[in-house]
Amino acid sequence: MVAFLRYLINGISLGSVYAIIALGYSMVYGIAKMLNFAHGDIIMIGAYIVYCVMVYLTMPPLIAVLCAVVVCTILGIVIERLAYKPLRQSASLAVLITAIGVSYFLQNAAMLIWGSNPKVFSSVFALGSLRLLNGELVISSETLLTIGANIVIMVALTLFTGKTKMGKAMRAVSEDKGAAELMGINVNRTISMTFAIGSALAAIAGALLCSTTNPNLVPTTGSMPGIKAFTAAVFGGIGSIPGALIGGLLLGVIEILGKAYISTELSDALVFAVLIIVLLFKPAGLLGKPMREKV
Amino acid sequence: MKLKRSTVDALTSYGIVIAAFVIAQLLISSGSMSRALQGQMIPICVYIVMAVSLNLVVGISGELSLGHAGFMSVGAFTGAIVSTWLLGAFNMENTTLRLLFAIIAGGLVAAVAGVLIGIPVLRLRGDYLAIVTLAFGEIIRSVVNCLYFSLDAGRLYVSFNSPDIPGKMIVSGPAGTKAIKTIATFPAGFVLILFTLFIVLNLINSRSGRAIKASRDNRIAAEAVGVNVTKYKMMAFVISAMLAGMAGALYGLNFSTFTAAKFKFDTSILVLVFVVLGGIGNIWGSIVAAALLTVLPELLRAFSDYRMLVYAIVLILVMLATNSPVLRGLFARLANLLRGKGADAPEKGGISRV
Repeated sequence: MVAFLRYLINGISLGSVYAIIALGYSMVYGIAKMLNFAHGDIIMIGAYIVYCVMVYLTMPPLIAVLCAVVVCTILGIVIERLAYKPLRQSASLAVLITAIGVSYFLQNAAMLIWGSNPKVFSSVFALGSLRLLNGELVISSETLLTIGANIVIMVALTLFTGKTKMGKAMRAVSEDKGAAELMGINVNRTISMTFAIGSALAAIAGALLCSTTNPNLVPTTGSMPGIKAFTAAVFGGIGSIPGALIGGLLLGVIEILGKAYISTELSDALVFAVLIIVLLFKPAGLLGKPMREKV
Repeated sequence: MKLKRSTVDALTSYGIVIAAFVIAQLLISSGSMSRALQGQMIPICVYIVMAVSLNLVVGISGELSLGHAGFMSVGAFTGAIVSTWLLGAFNMENTTLRLLFAIIAGGLVAAVAGVLIGIPVLRLRGDYLAIVTLAFGEIIRSVVNCLYFSLDAGRLYVSFNSPDIPGKMIVSGPAGTKAIKTIATFPAGFVLILFTLFIVLNLINSRSGRAIKASRDNRIAAEAVGVNVTKYKMMAFVISAMLAGMAGALYGLNFSTFTAAKFKFDTSILVLVFVVLGGIGNIWGSIVAAALLTVLPELLRAFSDYRMLVYAIVLILVMLATNSPVLRGLFARLANLLRGKGADAPEKGGISRV
């Protein structure tokens, strides 16, 4: 029972990381209607920045994370300007391939800068751990922090998209780009803003991912969590914030429980099998709006 | 005798492929092709077949598939097992015959996988369909990672998730295949390309091919005139899976050991890049893009450490140059000037289709 609880909490922690990454995917998809495959690599860049600031500049973790957020935000905006903006009107597949090109670029640039040897990531926040049930259930501070960060980000983003002018502009653009433009919304600026937020979240996710489940940082660290988070976004209904949360958490829990009780090798297969089954019964994801076909 | 236009086009295609093969063979026998490039010949053939077969799904049938490497994986492992089994159980020494059987088996098993995966996948639309193909690609990779095959006194043993089987291991889970005889040859790759072209070109120009394209262009209209959309989409998907399986078998038999990790998501994406860069729905585009991009990293060797970075930049620039409206308008105006016509030619939208 205690073991099960421990796996469940680890699952929720991993799921929280997926949820934060999935939010970035989901928001960009909702507004730009593109699958940003380079998103996973921004996580990796974020983690490297945190590592460098902490190890080479010996700064405290919080400043390292802040630096990573700033760098990734700028990186996200620059990538959008240079690579995606010229293709705004093109076929979605062309944008997809460009995103893959950006992903290759980031991975190989990281390879050149930091090399292929793994950087061992010491935890960002080592504050001790929480002991429950007479010390049988130990929850590390990173786990608590990840879950806490996830909740804070979810609440903040929900408020942001619901209450602020920029957030409303984002929702308008995702619903109908043309109509939003006619209402005086600066579509280009809104899209840049979305990329900025997504990339900032990716930086935080990178720091959390490397201090909880994935301590060996290599240039391809971001790709698998990126794919999983994308799956989580689709799982919950792409374009929806609570969907990303539910999708991410479910995915994390299934993965950890699958690893613990079924097989380490098959846990990925299990995650994807659940996704397929969900999509067969709810083709637009758990919380997605069903697509209507017009003739 | 007057031939149909499609027949003439197909015959020209075969002619060009045969000519390219003869030139490559001459270059190899005269020793003017570098070792590294010679080693790339079989992968080039494999990726051409992969790109053409994926184009059948993405271009002709209009569904984005992100799990094409999964079928390649199925074909590669089937090919390796069948080839070793034929040698061990029947003492079939003739490598050509073994290669032939391995490729056929790889194609058949991949086709069966195509049917099984196609049934759920083709119920979905658009990006959701794409993510499910990605999911199946990853599932195939994980499951293959758990499979163990061994050969003992001519009998084949299989086990799932445990290496306790008698005899000599052929496939051992995450460690991949063991000491497979490398029997793939460049001429075999060439024949496979011809076979693929024969199948795909004939399919495109047949009644079924027109039905597939009609379902792509407008599903509802196609259904309204009585086209069984699911059946034709399935047909394209399964044929594509079969061809990918055959390419996989050839690829696998080019290495003495390989693991399931070779056929992960990146490989699917690599093939998709060939298809999109070559022009979606354009078979010749796929062939040229696959051949060029397979040798490109080799040609970029001068950049040593920076070559993959250069590759990424080339990829982004090509996509921008061919798709950005500003640059495309510029090219169109240039072309018109050269032809002596006025500017302001009608803009063409999107990527060209067949």
